[in-house]
Amino acid sequence: MTTTITEFAAQARGRATPATKTATKTAATPNAAGQTGPAEPAAATDQPTAAATLPATDAQADRPARRALPYPLTVAFTAAGFLIAALVNVFFPQVKPVEFEQGQLWIFLLNGEEAYRALLVILALLYVVIGVVDARRGPADVARFRERAQFRFAAGLALAVWDVTGTKLQTLPQPFFPGPSKVIEPFLTDGDYIALNTFYSVRLFAAGFIVGVFLGVVTGVIIGWFARAYYWVFPVLKITGVIPAVAWMPFALTLMPTPFIAAMFLLVICSWFPVAFLTAQGIQSTPKMLIEASRTLGADTPYILFHVAIPNAMPSIFTGIGMANSLSFLTLVISEMMGQPGGLGYYIDQAKSWSAYNEILTAIVVMAVLFSLIMKLIELVRGHVLRWQKGLIK
Amino acid sequence: MSTIATSAQAQAGTVTDDPGAQAPLLSISHVERDFTSPNGQRVQALSDVSLDVRPGELVSIIGPSGCGKTTLLRLIAGLDKPQQGSVTFKGRPIEAPNPERGYVFQQGSLFPWLTVRENVAFGLKAQGKYREHAGEVDDYLAKVGLTGFEHAYPHQISGGMAQRVAIARALIDHPEVLLLDEPMGALDSFTRADLQDRLLDLWEQYHMTMVLVTHDVDEAIYLGNRVVIMSPRPGHIKEIVPIDLPERDRVSDAFLGYRKTLLTKLHFDVHEH
Repeated sequence: MTTTITEFAAQARGRATPATKTATKTAATPNAAGQTGPAEPAAATDQPTAAATLPATDAQADRPARRALPYPLTVAFTAAGFLIAALVNVFFPQVKPVEFEQGQLWIFLLNGEEAYRALLVILALLYVVIGVVDARRGPADVARFRERAQFRFAAGLALAVWDVTGTKLQTLPQPFFPGPSKVIEPFLTDGDYIALNTFYSVRLFAAGFIVGVFLGVVTGVIIGWFARAYYWVFPVLKITGVIPAVAWMPFALTLMPTPFIAAMFLLVICSWFPVAFLTAQGIQSTPKMLIEASRTLGADTPYILFHVAIPNAMPSIFTGIGMANSLSFLTLVISEMMGQPGGLGYYIDQAKSWSAYNEILTAIVVMAVLFSLIMKLIELVRGHVLRWQKGLIK
Repeated sequence: MSTIATSAQAQAGTVTDDPGAQAPLLSISHVERDFTSPNGQRVQALSDVSLDVRPGELVSIIGPSGCGKTTLLRLIAGLDKPQQGSVTFKGRPIEAPNPERGYVFQQGSLFPWLTVRENVAFGLKAQGKYREHAGEVDDYLAKVGLTGFEHAYPHQISGGMAQRVAIARALIDHPEVLLLDEPMGALDSFTRADLQDRLLDLWEQYHMTMVLVTHDVDEAIYLGNRVVIMSPRPGHIKEIVPIDLPERDRVSDAFLGYRKTLLTKLHFDVHEH
């Protein structure tokens, strides 16, 4: 018995040693405490006998030191990264020469440098507000905020590093990688034009994607449900579907009445294929038992199609929509870079011809935000339609 | 026990020749059905099968797998058609499924994207009768003891509860016959016993006719007025054993006697080691 306890003690100490190291680190970066916290109870549950039999082991003695950072400090920590970036921007000497232009933003006349500082302060305040709101919403939100604190702090530091290397010292190759101030500047000097091009992209994307998805679902349902339609259409779909939509661009530009309709046509075909393909698969995968159950309950064929086969295909349809979504972003930008009178792709193409690389990065930032929002929107619709899957598929 | 066996022997085959019998609700006569298996072999699922079911009867069909018991039930439901012979319901040939013949599948027949309540209401909605019968959905959910689970999705409830939903879903259209295809096959014995009692209650309450396919001897005896024993290769009715139990008691001598009779007839007694 004695040996057993000694072994347990040795094991417990063995486990405790790396934990103690982490605890020491905690002092340097206070937020690490939140992360190391859960690791220790896990070690304790592994050895319940040891914990019960032995009085204070190393691990237990360390416990108070590794308690999570108080929540207000976590919030301050999150905001601190961006504030550090702002301070770096103000106090770090401008070693290499750089020129900033002023522009009007609402009622403010700002240059890129000032806008960047303002943005950092706004971000810091925003995270404080989010932190307060999360605290009111409950422990789950607080836990999530805690978990993201380190990343947000690091994001602020990354901005500071980019600022120093891109603007202050210009150690990054210029003019290709300007600092954050120069990337923000076009919003001030060229804001209306960027907004106009963004709107053009949104309009083109919405028109092409929605029509494409609609046609895809209709085609998919028809070929998935009717064996004859499957026989004739599916092979055509399979062959034409693998061709990147932009390959049709010369035809589209020549044959369509306007460049907008030409690009819309390309978006329609690029989203049509994956949606049609996966809708057909979803319809065909309807379990025979569900169809038979519906028939014994008095459902006729159209009712079975709309209330059994299509709901059954929904998860698959949304997989297709996800694929169509990413293909559409690609097709949108490529077609805008070739022969469109507007759009973010067009904006990049123009900026490239004057070697305004900061403007290209600006357009890329807009795309990142815009496309993320669109994906989020689709994700919300998906979550609502497939709410019955909640807890079923991880 | 030998008396029971003898009387069962005498009753073997159909009972249409019994002058005192009511007109059968379901009549299956000389049905033949075969299938071609994926490797091209012809499998005779049913060979010269005849069976009459009177109104209000609870008939259990038992037999080893491959004896054609599910095929027979599918013919009655109208999910399948015989190649020869006839299957009639109230004198009319069965052409297609109809809610007047409710069907409860083995398991996994609930629509996963519908809640418990929506699953039960499916038949009413499909027939455009939901508006005037909406209140009955909750009545039937209460009858199978699922009040409080209306808004759960099928994957959130247990197997026994799912089968109760399937039964409520089939019952809501007031079927004259309830066809049950091994509805308790995947359940543990406690859930199974509970569901068996619920089925008996419903059967008595609605004076319904039930045809139950099972591979469980106890279940066949406990629920059935008659037990139809089927044999494979080719699938045919081997014998029909009438059950006359004064009370539903799983351990009474009479019950155990029937158990012995059935197990003997199903050749559970000739195991050689």
